[in-house]
Amino acid sequence: MAYSAEKLNEEKVFKDPVHRYIHVRDRVIWDLIGTKEFQRLRRIKQLGTTYLTFHGAEHSRFNHSLGVYEIVRRISDDVFFGRPEWDEEDRILTLCAALLHDLGHGPFSHSFEKVFDLDHEHYTRAIILGDTEVHHVLTRVSADFPQKVADVIAKTSKNKLVVSLISSQIDADRMDYLQRDAYFTGVSYGHFDMERILRVMRPREDQVVIKQSGMHAVEDYIMSRYQMYWQVYFHPVTRSAEVILTKILHRAKDLHEQKYKFKYDPIHFYSLFNGEITLEDYIKLDEAIILYYFQMWQEEEDPILKDLCCRFMDRNLYKYVEFDPAKEYKKLAELSALFKKAGMDPEYYLVVDSSSDLPYDFYRPGEEEERLPIHLLLKNGDIRELSRESEIVDAISGKRRTDHKLYFPADFIADDSKKPNIKKQIKMLLEID
Amino acid sequence: MLKDHAKLMHAIAVSEEIVGRKKLQKMIYIAKNIAFPFQERFQFHFYGPYSEELTLRVEELCNMGFLNEVKEKKGGYYQYRYTLTETGKEFLGINAVDMPSLQECLLDMNGQNARFLELVSTVLYFNDLPKEEVKEKVFTLKSKQRYTDEEVEQAYQYIESLREKAGLH
Repeated sequence: MAYSAEKLNEEKVFKDPVHRYIHVRDRVIWDLIGTKEFQRLRRIKQLGTTYLTFHGAEHSRFNHSLGVYEIVRRISDDVFFGRPEWDEEDRILTLCAALLHDLGHGPFSHSFEKVFDLDHEHYTRAIILGDTEVHHVLTRVSADFPQKVADVIAKTSKNKLVVSLISSQIDADRMDYLQRDAYFTGVSYGHFDMERILRVMRPREDQVVIKQSGMHAVEDYIMSRYQMYWQVYFHPVTRSAEVILTKILHRAKDLHEQKYKFKYDPIHFYSLFNGEITLEDYIKLDEAIILYYFQMWQEEEDPILKDLCCRFMDRNLYKYVEFDPAKEYKKLAELSALFKKAGMDPEYYLVVDSSSDLPYDFYRPGEEEERLPIHLLLKNGDIRELSRESEIVDAISGKRRTDHKLYFPADFIADDSKKPNIKKQIKMLLEID
Repeated sequence: MLKDHAKLMHAIAVSEEIVGRKKLQKMIYIAKNIAFPFQERFQFHFYGPYSEELTLRVEELCNMGFLNEVKEKKGGYYQYRYTLTETGKEFLGINAVDMPSLQECLLDMNGQNARFLELVSTVLYFNDLPKEEVKEKVFTLKSKQRYTDEEVEQAYQYIESLREKAGLH
């Protein structure tokens, strides 16, 4: 029997708080889960620094990846099975792509990618195509199978239907993370009727469409997503932790460039500092390693690195004020000069951070937009873009919300024992007591 | 401090004017891919590499009053024209950006049409593949654009010429 069709003697199940059970019957899926590159995802948190705000948010990318796989398995086996537009040949490709879609994420991805100019999608591809356990499992399906899986994840596959299941404005990835993140953070947002959405999904040649009768369930999903972004993902305290984390990495990199002699040799960071990171080095990185360095760097001689690491480990985060860059950029320059005079390097201690989200957008022909909209399947067989049928979705379509905040160490500023007059001016400009 | 915003404004300032969102996306992607330290992350979309972060940053700069966006009707659709406002120039005066040879590269790209830049950016996106495979990708993923073998060769030559301009040779 071909490896791609091989089934386990008995179905394996993972207990899961979101989907209750995750079912694995295919040998290839079971083998992929067992690879060291996939197991590494257990050591990378799904929500990065969010656990410093919502203490339950300790779940990993491993949990989420299994969840996305399970949603796609249900779509494929329960909803699409037997439909003429669905090619059963694509089943195992879709399942593998769903399972592996986040494989290249590193620890605290957002900050790492920013500081070291990395791209997790590049590493997802590199792990799938490189000399790895995952690659060897995929190659057993066929020699070109790893490339096919990588293309679906990178959205460069010509099979648009399969791509849209993993990555679109209503995909398995979003459906899992919204529910999972809501569960683990403990918030009451993020819930929607996924069962209903799955039941009304239909395959078409180049995308998934939703039966018109499921429109209200989709409206609920879009509103859940909107609320999760502003209540959880962009929470200002989480952003403060992210700001400090990013600054720690910047400081360590700067110190390395200045030939600073670290008390604790950051061997795992050297290839990152030098921009020569190999796949082998990358796979070794996880949050345990990074937090080990943060712990040790609390004892470094460099006062900035030491302070930032203490702040992160002890959760002594920066405070913030609302900031309007358009009106206040001159004030920012003034503040920056005052911070320098007060002995606080503004590069590390005065940070503007922005968040922005577009809850839903539709495609406007010729306007050079790039988002694939959600399409409804009408009773007469016609296809119609969601916001043309739904007043709720129409009201938020294309409406981006952006928020800027200015972060700073309030405890340093409050300490009047040094440079009290300058700090008084800083407080006045920041409009804080 | 707002360095990434400043870099983008600098790119538009040295290009004098950029017409079309697609063109802007492709110019920044190509510049980033060749040598210049833009921070926006790109993924592959309908028209090739596309950055949601870049779209967002442009919107922010327009809202801040630093960029001027003029919407113009062109045939059956709208296109957008971007220039720096006076306030934008003032901001850039305070937050100077130093990217030598960026202007030469961007002015050259600005003289090309968006269709060709879409091809160049797609070739760069798949640059780690052998040329024949890149061609196959272009002909499969961009079938509607009907690019020819000759155009793909031109794209490769163009990338080389940009690298020379950027001082990479």
